[in-house]
Amino acid sequence: MERRTIFPGWKLPAALVLPQLALTVVFFLWPAGQAIWSSLTQADPFGIRTQFVGLDNFTDLFADPLYLDSIARSVFFSAAVAALSMGVALALAVAADREISFRGAYRVLLVWPYAIAPAMAAVLWILLLHPQIGLVGRWLNGIGVAWDYKLNGAQAMLVVILASAWKQISYNFIFFLAGLQSIPRGVIEAARMDGAKGFFRFRTVVLPLLMPTVFFLLVVNLVYASFDTFGTIQALTGGGPGKATETLVVKVYRDGVVNLDVGSSSAQSVVLMLGVIALTALQFRFLGRRSDSG
Amino acid sequence: MIEHTRQRMIEHTRQRMIEHTRRRMNGRTDWAAHLVLCLGALLFLLPIWLVLVGATLEPAAIARGEFSLIPRLQGLGVYASVLTEGSPGAGPVWRMLLVSAGMALAIACGKIVISVLSAYAVAFFRFPFRMAAFWVIFITLMLPVEVRIIPTYTVMSDLGLINTFPGLTVPLIASATATLLFRQVFLAVPDELVEAARMDGAGPWRFLRDILLPVSAANIAALFVILFVYGWNQYLWPLLVATDPKLDTIVIGIVKMIGTETQTEWNRVMATAVLALVPPVGVVILMQRWFVKGLTEGDK
Repeated sequence: MERRTIFPGWKLPAALVLPQLALTVVFFLWPAGQAIWSSLTQADPFGIRTQFVGLDNFTDLFADPLYLDSIARSVFFSAAVAALSMGVALALAVAADREISFRGAYRVLLVWPYAIAPAMAAVLWILLLHPQIGLVGRWLNGIGVAWDYKLNGAQAMLVVILASAWKQISYNFIFFLAGLQSIPRGVIEAARMDGAKGFFRFRTVVLPLLMPTVFFLLVVNLVYASFDTFGTIQALTGGGPGKATETLVVKVYRDGVVNLDVGSSSAQSVVLMLGVIALTALQFRFLGRRSDSG
Repeated sequence: MIEHTRQRMIEHTRQRMIEHTRRRMNGRTDWAAHLVLCLGALLFLLPIWLVLVGATLEPAAIARGEFSLIPRLQGLGVYASVLTEGSPGAGPVWRMLLVSAGMALAIACGKIVISVLSAYAVAFFRFPFRMAAFWVIFITLMLPVEVRIIPTYTVMSDLGLINTFPGLTVPLIASATATLLFRQVFLAVPDELVEAARMDGAGPWRFLRDILLPVSAANIAALFVILFVYGWNQYLWPLLVATDPKLDTIVIGIVKMIGTETQTEWNRVMATAVLALVPPVGVVILMQRWFVKGLTEGDK
């Protein structure tokens, strides 16, 4: 879509876009270019010279079983977070879409958690699940489950999935509810008249009409689970025990910031960039909607 | 304008009556829906209740696992204590709240200002490389901080922005999302309105200030909520660029507090958690109506 009426001149508009462009170039494009460049180079063991090594960092990366493990772990984690969070949110949205009393109150109660930071979600879940002080954690130990997510990798994975999915429920709820409300009441009424009941009506009438929202949220949730959960994981387990909760972003952070392996970390960054580009392209190609990652 | 409002009111009343009748005709209360929603609300309220109560308990009791579900009123003094005194490894909470508030406000306002300006330029002017500029801004959608950790740090230290407040905020101000949103809003402004403004002799600045900004006020409010929460909730970015404890945000501070687990005073952690949650939650609840609308509808 384009406007017909416009203001003349080009100096003013150029000045207007300049701040945005300057920030974009300095803090986005320049570092991204640097990442691509350093992903193609390698420092010698003494850190004196760097030389161009082509795609060596990438072939090393994909030959590294630790990296492949991390990919598999991230895929599992992201899929679990997206499925759990979207499933719960959809159930809540379907219930909140009914004409029942207190629906305004229910909505407020389910929307406010949007404001919880990923790292804060971790703090709240620690207070629930901590083996010594957490209400649920202590109860589990009390009934004989050896519960300690700081030692047990599977439990750690479960905890980061729960906390991450929990944090995203509100966001999904808001979009599912808006999606449900945009379905014309007449369609539902017609299905009701035809005798379509309960879950059957939901599956055959409502769900197909809700599919655009489902796809949109699927992409947003995968992006969220892959990138925005860094704070949750870092605060809960720091990627441990061992590497049990080390997703791709946590690995980039550990390798780059903690272990200072710039070549490998940059190559990993480039791989992640391609991932985001693919997801964003998917989103715009099929959905024409934005993500709200800032 | 008045006729339009009247129409909307009539339509609204009609809807309410239909709903009311339908609810009455349904006859029975929808117990299943109430159950699901109550469980959902509990899922979020329970952790919050535990934190609210936990903040008032004695740290030794929490550490022993004696976790009561009823707040201890004499424990409320912990809030004054965490606000003014630092904990081991972390400064006083009032300072962290100040840094977080400054960061969230600077990011939200900064993003809105530069995005309004650039969207205005792209939507209402024709200039060389207009589409190129638009695409450059668009690309930033695909480059979240998480994928460019190391190189961004290098650029920041080259510019001397490590451990500075501008370093904490300015790089996060560039925003493709907000620019795209405002562009959509501006493109939906009827041509007649622009034409009329120009006939009245309004220049580009007056048009922006007197017409465009007022008509997009609801969008700006909605975006403010989203961006304030986004700024307040940052974790990786401050972790990277601000190692000076004076620049700890509240989110960074609280993660530091639980990091030193052997000597964690859990009541202080929980009081800090409550203080960290109040501002963003308050903003979302106060502006819920605009915010939900802006989040789900603003981007069509």
